[in-house]
Amino acid sequence: MTEWRYWLAEQRGTLLAIGIFVAMFLIYATNHPAGFSANMVQTASNKATLLAFVAMAQAIVVITAGIDLSVGMILTLTNCLASWIVVGTATETALGVIGVLGTGVLCGMINGAIVIFGRLQPIVTTIATGAMYYGVALMLRPNPGGSVNETLADALTGRLFGVVPTSLVALAAAALLIWVPYSRSVIGRAAFATGSSEVAAYMSGAPIRAAKFAAYTLAGLLSAIGGLFLTFFSYTGEAAYASGNAYTLFSIAAVVLGGVSLMGGRGSAIGAIFGALAFRTIGDLLFVFDFDPLWQPLFQGIVLMLAVSIGAFGLVRVRNRLEWFG
Amino acid sequence: MIAAEPLFRAAGLSKRYGGVIALDRADLEVHPGRIHAILGENGAGKSTLIKLMVGVVAPDEGRMTLEGREVAFAGPAAANDAGIVCIFQELSLIPDLSVADNILISHPPTRLGMIDRRTQRRIAEEALRRAGAGDIHPRALVRDLPLSRRQMVEIAKALARQPKILILDEATSALTAADVTKVFEVLKRLRSEGLALLYISHRMHEIAELADDCSVFRNGRRISTFAAGTKTDAEVIELMIGREYKHAFPDKPVRKPDGRPPALQCKALGWGDRLRDISFSLHAGEIIGLGGLDGQGQRELLLALFGVLRDTSGDILIDGDKVAIDSPVTAKSDRIGLALIPEDRKTEGLMLPMSVRDNLSAAAFDRFSRLGLIDRQRQSALIDEMIRLIEIKTASPDLPVSALSGGNQQKVVIAKWLMNRPRIILLNDPTRGIDVGTKQEIYRLLRRLADEGAAILLYSTDYDELIGCCDRVLVMYDGAVRRELTGAEITERALVSSALNVDDGEPAKASAP
Repeated sequence: MTEWRYWLAEQRGTLLAIGIFVAMFLIYATNHPAGFSANMVQTASNKATLLAFVAMAQAIVVITAGIDLSVGMILTLTNCLASWIVVGTATETALGVIGVLGTGVLCGMINGAIVIFGRLQPIVTTIATGAMYYGVALMLRPNPGGSVNETLADALTGRLFGVVPTSLVALAAAALLIWVPYSRSVIGRAAFATGSSEVAAYMSGAPIRAAKFAAYTLAGLLSAIGGLFLTFFSYTGEAAYASGNAYTLFSIAAVVLGGVSLMGGRGSAIGAIFGALAFRTIGDLLFVFDFDPLWQPLFQGIVLMLAVSIGAFGLVRVRNRLEWFG
Repeated sequence: MIAAEPLFRAAGLSKRYGGVIALDRADLEVHPGRIHAILGENGAGKSTLIKLMVGVVAPDEGRMTLEGREVAFAGPAAANDAGIVCIFQELSLIPDLSVADNILISHPPTRLGMIDRRTQRRIAEEALRRAGAGDIHPRALVRDLPLSRRQMVEIAKALARQPKILILDEATSALTAADVTKVFEVLKRLRSEGLALLYISHRMHEIAELADDCSVFRNGRRISTFAAGTKTDAEVIELMIGREYKHAFPDKPVRKPDGRPPALQCKALGWGDRLRDISFSLHAGEIIGLGGLDGQGQRELLLALFGVLRDTSGDILIDGDKVAIDSPVTAKSDRIGLALIPEDRKTEGLMLPMSVRDNLSAAAFDRFSRLGLIDRQRQSALIDEMIRLIEIKTASPDLPVSALSGGNQQKVVIAKWLMNRPRIILLNDPTRGIDVGTKQEIYRLLRRLADEGAAILLYSTDYDELIGCCDRVLVMYDGAVRRELTGAEITERALVSSALNVDDGEPAKASAP
């Protein structure tokens, strides 16, 4: 096998996610009443960015064979917090942003510490901490309200040079500045190793605990970036329970669409981003084809099922039945 | 014996797990430039000693010194850094990472905080070459490599850590004969470079070829250390089991043809290019061995018979009737009565966290359930009977299987399938990594099952086992049966030469009267 075929095998899940997204987006763009325009791309990307941040967060945890069911609630909490503190002068706003991101990091660190030192299952831990984070969010914003520095908000949800949506640039920057260094660091590789086989990783002397801790912490940070952008789009804070939970569940769907194995050890946050973009496009497709919005959940489910099945096609050709379970 | 100061010395090491004493004031000296073989039954304390040496567990009492300094390791990473590296029997490779990533998992070269992939690749290629496995691509994922290649990666990984003491724990059990030869060359070279090697194996001829010193462990203590070649195999085995060693294999009865059709017959069985034109008959009461080098299609043949493989060609006949076996469920049905005792007991044979009771029940629910409900009393009766029959050493059938020793785990795998009262038993290397005592029990069990009317097909990588246990041996080469050996024809020489697909040069023997 030549070099590029190894590369292809490594990136298979991510490439598949990009392919699914491009195909869906082309269908969407060519059928859009206004045609393919900078405006349309801006609207589409603003809608998809939030889920993309949360999906990146989820992917980083899922790679360690964990799961973070609190990502949606961290997003909600940081949204409520941002509607209080990301206001005022440039300095006050900057401190506010740091405060919001710091809160996300803290939430992630709490998750990580409980999973590692409490030796609790990630699924139970993050359900519990997610409920706690939501509780704090509710205290911050019993009723929807608050405000945000609108100059900053408009700058980050608008377009750069009149063409590229700023939210997309922020997403790319997060991928480039957080995911790429992380995945190529010793800690990041230990995260993959832990997800693939924790015992083998331990026996090999890989820093398992540091890797898990870093994964949950980064997940908190990325969820908080999502929360910040939610505030920029909505100009308000709202402790919305249903929407927080929806982000958590959709993040798992996006991660699977993005070719990240729920068993851990395989996938990338880049794939998860495209998984999120593709998942959001499903909803938009219905809009351009003039379907009743009532159809959306059913349709989303069917498309998700089909997309996930693509990954299973390889199993149809299997000649040794034991490979079904590998 | 050896005058020089030892590189490593353990004194008075003890380790208890609950009430069980795994290691009882054991001592050991390791010298540079020598290969030191550690012998003993499973449960003799070998694995515990090694776990202490590489920091997986901490000793309850005793001291270890390395190069004259006392050492205590917080974990495998610390021991590796100090220069003690172990290649474990249970592989420590990470399936979803590439070969190069795996080789340098603990200390990857970095630049600006990120892993320097180019340097990593160069070091990995170098390590693979030193391990004699230069044909493995450093970018290949470990999960895509066969077991024997993974073991070579494991050796390369150990070498990349520049160890002073290299411990090999059953490291050759998964290797093909060609790889074993390569590994032995590597080990001898490392010895000449001044490394100390600890070599743990159940294969006596490997120890004879490699070792300079031998230490025998029994019941958690070192019983004896002697220079290799100063004791006969029988003497060594006596030391290991603490009693006189005789009748390792039960007698083979003379089977008279009874005119009945064979219990299992294959006619021109094929599967792609992995199995080619395989024909043989297996009668009730007979034990047929499958020999040959590892990976010549033996495993595929067993899977094909058990209905795991798709699109096989040729015919399978049970009691003279043609049958289509399309799944393990069909294979184990009463009509066919097949059982396959798998090779990898950890993944295919057992559900480790579940109890002995649940494991034994898993393949035999039909035996004690009515209308989909389990008859608890009948289940318990059958399970108690089976535990007694096979002499599984467990405090209670409700203990998790993972708490049992390797030999007893393998007995549970066998017992699980015997619950179904199979008429044809397929075994895939059932004694790999198992101690002498348990091996003997398994041989006796197989012969007893055959005497009671079972037909047995036994794949084994151990020549002694094929010679001692089997009425006939089919030697496979490249997916086909290269040669069939019967009775006195089954010799080590004949097995090896036909496994390598060469003539043994002996004149053709007249078939036994």
